[in-house]
Amino acid sequence: MAHLALIELADDHLILGHRLSEWCGHAPMLEEDLALPNMALDLIGTARTLYDHAATLEDAGRSEDDLAFLRVEREYRNLLLVERPNGDFAQTMLRQLYFAAFMAPFWHAAQDSSDEVVRGVAGKASKEMAYHIRHAGEWVIRLGDGTEESAERMAEAVEELHRFTDELFESSPEAEATETAGVLPSRDRIRAAWDATIAEVFSQAALEVPEVYPQTGGRAGLHGECLGHLLAEMQYLQRAYPGATW
Amino acid sequence: MYAQGLIGKPGGSVSDETEEFLAAFQARIDAEEKIEPKDAMPAAYRRTLVRQIGQHAHSEIVGMLPEGNWITRAPSLKRKAALLAKVQDEGGHGLYLYAAAETLGVSREEMTEELLDGRAKYSSIFNYPTLSWADIGIIGWLVDGAAIMNQIPLCRCSFGPYARAMIRVCKEESFHQRQGYEIVMTLARGSEAQREMVQDALNRWWWPSLMMFGPHDADSTHSDQSMKWKIKRFTNDDLRQKFIDATVPQAEFLGLSVPDPDLRWNPDKNGGKGGYDHGAIDWDEFWRVVKGHGPMARDRIKARRKAWEDGAWVRDAARAHAKKRAARKAVLAAE
Repeated sequence: MAHLALIELADDHLILGHRLSEWCGHAPMLEEDLALPNMALDLIGTARTLYDHAATLEDAGRSEDDLAFLRVEREYRNLLLVERPNGDFAQTMLRQLYFAAFMAPFWHAAQDSSDEVVRGVAGKASKEMAYHIRHAGEWVIRLGDGTEESAERMAEAVEELHRFTDELFESSPEAEATETAGVLPSRDRIRAAWDATIAEVFSQAALEVPEVYPQTGGRAGLHGECLGHLLAEMQYLQRAYPGATW
Repeated sequence: MYAQGLIGKPGGSVSDETEEFLAAFQARIDAEEKIEPKDAMPAAYRRTLVRQIGQHAHSEIVGMLPEGNWITRAPSLKRKAALLAKVQDEGGHGLYLYAAAETLGVSREEMTEELLDGRAKYSSIFNYPTLSWADIGIIGWLVDGAAIMNQIPLCRCSFGPYARAMIRVCKEESFHQRQGYEIVMTLARGSEAQREMVQDALNRWWWPSLMMFGPHDADSTHSDQSMKWKIKRFTNDDLRQKFIDATVPQAEFLGLSVPDPDLRWNPDKNGGKGGYDHGAIDWDEFWRVVKGHGPMARDRIKARRKAWEDGAWVRDAARAHAKKRAARKAVLAAE
């Protein structure tokens, strides 16, 4: 059932990539109008390879697009963190930092995967995620240690999003099986690296890690209300014209 | 000896531009020499370029919006990635063009303010709405196609930084055009609903695309001087004709009909090489849209203003942080 674990991972990348793509043309400065789609493209690219590989392993005649466009909310398995609406620029950058601070060490470890395709993805994605940490981390620092307003917004972003971070370290039963088989790294082993990255950025950004009540459920298809709207928009053409080729 | 370097700089008076200076400048242009930012140039040459490059940059930036409208609804992952990359390229073109204009002594911030308060124009094609996925294909094919016709000659523009920026822009635009045509081809060969969708998009975008070349030569105010200065190399009507002659066969190949009942092949056109006669362009619509009354004009500027205003606190924070860092560094250095 390795394909289910790969679909979870692909869902994380696609949904976050989709969220970042919503910024295109609306960013605070032209440089970010270029950087945000760039990061979105990294994530969507990784999602495509993972869906494609999952479809091959599943061997049920589904394509990457079937997986992306023809599953409903309850079938999506992404983390709650990645589906959160963009909010302001502080929230978008913090969400990116939280995700990338997990994925960089995750993909780094996945370079030793027993699966050749996963190894291939890992080589490319670990470099991309290291860059996302740098980009998002620098913004979290600038905003945390910028003006009074930006510091308030950054603290609010932490308040808003930190509760979704515990889910990063949880493995679904499908993911656990792939971890045992050496296909994917064990998620709970990434915690130390993630903590270190966040501590480093937060100390420079004058932010504190809050006490939170963790929210989870994405891996069981139990999402926030926001995901349904995202999918309705994303899947509109495939749903309106079933079977058409685009 | 007189300070020619100052001539034509903002604030430089027109009376500095002696007959000899203007003749020497024209001689450089006629010899196909590139004019570089630090070279002396007539004030009107500088003004024309600032206006034209600025408008071009603004068009790239505003042009991100109609296509951006479909990024979240692209019908496949491949199309989504390609469209994102395309819209990102447009932002990149905006960035080089602003940089090219900055070499003439105007800042990106000033140009942005001019766009947002309505003083600066951008291509009015972007004031039409994108109503279906087929519009994304048609924009790539026709709008980028028309832009390429206009821009290829700009690679030989007399002003160096603009000419060099256009080389890269044109390469990317021609890739976009092929991508657009491929979307159109897929739809034209798809289901009946898809064929209707793409024909409808062609019907809506054909005439606005022809209007992209500007008014007829007889009514074009900036043409003559720009031709003389080799900022512009072909007239509006010449380029429009070239575009029509290249595009009509592409539509026929796909079985799409161009929405012009007066379109006819005329073997005597183009000095006997043949070309298409076309119907009358609705200049009332053209001027209405150019003057800011296009269907999406208000929404486009509102969207740009919103992005700029909503982002003000981010830009302020970046500046404040940079200051704090510099101050800390200075303290460390002093210790």
